[in-house]
Amino acid sequence: MIVKHLSLLLVMLPLAAAPIVAVLPRGRLPWVVGLIVASSCAILASTQLSMVLQSGVISYELGGWAPPWGIEYRIDAVNAFFALLVSIIAAITLPYALLSVEKEIPEHQIPLFYSAFLLCFAGLLGITQTGDIFNVFVFLEISSLSSYALISLGKQRQALTSAYQYLIMGTIGATFYLIGVGLLYSQTGTLNMADMAALLPQVTELRTVHTGFAFILIGIALKLALFPLHLWLPNAYTYAPTVVTVFLAATATKVAVYVMLRILFTIFPDGFVASTPTGDLFILLGITGIIVASIYAIYQTDIKRLLAYSSVAQIGYMVLGIGFASATGLMASMIHLFNHALMKGALFMAVGAIIYRLGICRMDNIQGLGKQMPWTFAAITIAGLSLVGVPGTAGFISKWYLVSAALEQQAWVSVAAILIGSLLAVVYIGKIIESLYFKPVSETNTTVKEAPLFLLLPTWVLVVANIYFGLNTELTVGVAEHAAQVMGVVAK
Amino acid sequence: MMSELPPFLIFFAAALLVLLVRGQLSKLFLLAAPILTGLHIWMNIQIGDAFTYSLLNLELQFLRVDKLSLLFAYLFCIASLIATIYAIHVDDLKQQLAALLYAGSAIGAVFAGDLLTLFIFWELLAISSVFFIWARGTEKALKAGIRYLIFQITSGVFLLAGALVYFKTTGSLSFNHIGLGNTAGWLIMIAFGIKSAFPFLHTWLTDGYPEATVTGTVFLSAFTTKVAVYALARGFAGEEILVYIGVTMACFPIFYAVIENDLRKVLAYSLINQVGFMITGIGIGTALALNGAVAHAFSDVIFKGLLFMSMGAVLHRVGHVNGSDLGGLYKTMPKTAALCIVGALSISAFPLFSGFVSKSMVMTAMMQEHYDYLWLLMLFASAGVFHHAGIKIPYFAFFAHDSHLRPQEAPRNMLLAMSLAAFLCIFIGSQPQFLYAMLPMPVEYWPYDVTHVLAQLQLLFFSAMAFVWLNKVGIYPPELRSVNVDAEWFYRKLLPVSARNVIMTLSDDKAYIKSSITNTFNRLRNGFSQMSIARYHLSESWPTGSMVVWISVILAAYLLLDSFVYKTIQ
Repeated sequence: MIVKHLSLLLVMLPLAAAPIVAVLPRGRLPWVVGLIVASSCAILASTQLSMVLQSGVISYELGGWAPPWGIEYRIDAVNAFFALLVSIIAAITLPYALLSVEKEIPEHQIPLFYSAFLLCFAGLLGITQTGDIFNVFVFLEISSLSSYALISLGKQRQALTSAYQYLIMGTIGATFYLIGVGLLYSQTGTLNMADMAALLPQVTELRTVHTGFAFILIGIALKLALFPLHLWLPNAYTYAPTVVTVFLAATATKVAVYVMLRILFTIFPDGFVASTPTGDLFILLGITGIIVASIYAIYQTDIKRLLAYSSVAQIGYMVLGIGFASATGLMASMIHLFNHALMKGALFMAVGAIIYRLGICRMDNIQGLGKQMPWTFAAITIAGLSLVGVPGTAGFISKWYLVSAALEQQAWVSVAAILIGSLLAVVYIGKIIESLYFKPVSETNTTVKEAPLFLLLPTWVLVVANIYFGLNTELTVGVAEHAAQVMGVVAK
Repeated sequence: MMSELPPFLIFFAAALLVLLVRGQLSKLFLLAAPILTGLHIWMNIQIGDAFTYSLLNLELQFLRVDKLSLLFAYLFCIASLIATIYAIHVDDLKQQLAALLYAGSAIGAVFAGDLLTLFIFWELLAISSVFFIWARGTEKALKAGIRYLIFQITSGVFLLAGALVYFKTTGSLSFNHIGLGNTAGWLIMIAFGIKSAFPFLHTWLTDGYPEATVTGTVFLSAFTTKVAVYALARGFAGEEILVYIGVTMACFPIFYAVIENDLRKVLAYSLINQVGFMITGIGIGTALALNGAVAHAFSDVIFKGLLFMSMGAVLHRVGHVNGSDLGGLYKTMPKTAALCIVGALSISAFPLFSGFVSKSMVMTAMMQEHYDYLWLLMLFASAGVFHHAGIKIPYFAFFAHDSHLRPQEAPRNMLLAMSLAAFLCIFIGSQPQFLYAMLPMPVEYWPYDVTHVLAQLQLLFFSAMAFVWLNKVGIYPPELRSVNVDAEWFYRKLLPVSARNVIMTLSDDKAYIKSSITNTFNRLRNGFSQMSIARYHLSESWPTGSMVVWISVILAAYLLLDSFVYKTIQ
């Protein structure tokens, strides 16, 4: 029974729990419910992945309506991988949330916070599960609207304006996506991804299809914060409550990358993407993003903002991998987005631990705290090394595949950009470490203690994962290889 | 199973244990690591052993054993043992960990069978060693450490890039002879070159080593450059360009070393000079030359360590090592002075001391391959070594004019470490057959014949005479408190100053140009986040508006390109 409806359950569980959590009494009960939902989703998602890897594609007809008329949940290795990523991050973030949320969010809003969090979670899972291109839009809006609400709950007043800005920009992106879907629907008459993939080859020469493709591409590019459409991201990540930043940084942009992969490689036929400027555009913007956003990151004084810019740069790496349109490139992208979720999750959590103690996280406030908060400092250092791409960490695996993909295409500029990007990462991570460790402690901070265990444990789970996936690549590389096969990308 | 255990793991395990225990017990682990590793290599590891671990669908070879790697592994165990004894009084956890990881990485690197494994240890060497500089705790050391790290990481980037290109061109990552036949070779050569302090790439060494802690410099002098020498010997033996690079390296530091006042910096220059002899040997590439290079690396680690240790003891007791302000220390530090002289005799290649039996191999190989003029240059370099390291170091520190400093004799552990090194110097020098038996190529060479001994003694006595004469007539550069200009001047002074000057010259002409250029310069310097254009279009102030602009620009550009440039639609 559960196995049969597993794919639906994965989305319905958080979706149904959200309104219940909203009316629960204050106290820790909403958190408990959230934690239970997220951990069950993680278990469901891992079952789903192992099922898909064993027995192939799962097709679930929503409400018993057969596709292409009804909505179909169509799960292959790619979906299952992303659903697992999203739910595992949620399951690790929620234990961390307890103390952090109590510190940062007014008490009466806590049930609403968890409700919005679950909605966002449900929306992201929905995007990964569905096989219907319009349904993607619906879930995209569910996750976006709830994330606007989550961001606006930040303590500083700027949280409200940045949530509002994100709302406007996010809506533009979603509208672009919807226009694109409409144009494709007008030519194919279907919204089911598999069906559309079957029908599109006959109409690829039409200008409407090309225009629709362009709208979708750019709408999603905005959602995944492709440079220079990243402008919503730094503010949103900086002013959102820490837990929200951790969760969104590790999942939201990654899910947008997933939608991009689906559109480019599953829905549109082979050769279509190669006949458009997509690849060149992605390589160009990817390279610019890596370099420019990394330089921005170096000059930031707020550490959350610094990491936010670094995220924009890292998205550049993923887009670069997609831009190569080769099997290795696609694998590199998928591996990097998984690893990036691990490293940025760990970094934002560790920074959140400092915020828990200090209230803020600016370069000049945190000076010398490394000695008083050794575990937090060690977590930042290891996750930072992973971000730089030091061997033995997950980041190295990403860099290795990216550079291999670039070499395969003889794309020397991209190789240089990737390597320069990691040197720039040394500089901005070095700045944080220098400030934490090599500067004297300011007098007001001499009594600051190490963060509580509840914050440290989830952080260290991710830190250890950074090392584990740097040494054992069976899961990441295996799934990425499988996904590249499913997507039908053949090495050029 | 035991025989396949990569030796570096013992060091890393010791590091873990040191992290877990507190107090005197950790010192036991510090001492046990090199001894156990040495025993493990001696008893369990044979030539031809291998240990692989798969990662990324690649086989990482963590253990590849041949005579070359064995020799360096033994050397690093000995060096690490001596340096650990020397540093046993230090209670700084950071430095203890750095010592174990650093020495372990060096041993890991010499056993690495493929370029990727080599790269992993290459980076670990860089990261662990910088803590010896930072541990000094001064602002100057912090900055020197960062500059050091930048050089080391850049070397790593070159190595990784080279390894990838090598993998793409040859389909294999195994680390054997590489040569300069293709791009990969050059990239890897630059990586090795930075770490072995090629001319103009050497400044991290003379900049960083003198800033490290007393004990840190001893560790630093033993591993980084020698790993690079090992890597060059394996990858680029017989590349002629290395002969010229090596000769340059042997000669140019002489001048700096003679005028430098900071005696540890003198030793840093002399380190480059000795590496120059090794690289020349590698460049010649004959069996004798390679043996010479490797043997010289072996003896150099020990005598250079001894010299750094004796200067470290002075620094430890006096607080500085400026030649101008020392002198007469032999009165209260006689043992240190005597041990320092053993090191000085070894580096100057006196017969019966270790430098002689190894350096003469390189020199003989040069003659055999008819590098006559370069041989003369090397002869000059040898005389120079005697001047700056053989005479200057002990003379100015322990003798010369009396500084009236009366420091205590060096601590007992330091004396023990120095005595061990001194014993090895004399042992290798008088019984070279044991070292020769370990060399990678079969040896048919014996240094103690009349020609060699006489030639070397003549050279040394004439240089000594020159030193005495120059000193008497007052031509020899006196020890001055000064700063010498080296290649680092290019990036630390010339670039910033010339940028400023260009702007100043331009700005004299027209006020308009002046204001606009200085403004641009200031903006750049204040960082992109301050630039008004960037701020408007890319940064925070008006994100919504500029985002809409960007999204329309990209959409329009995309559609235009799609219809006109990528013309696939009819």
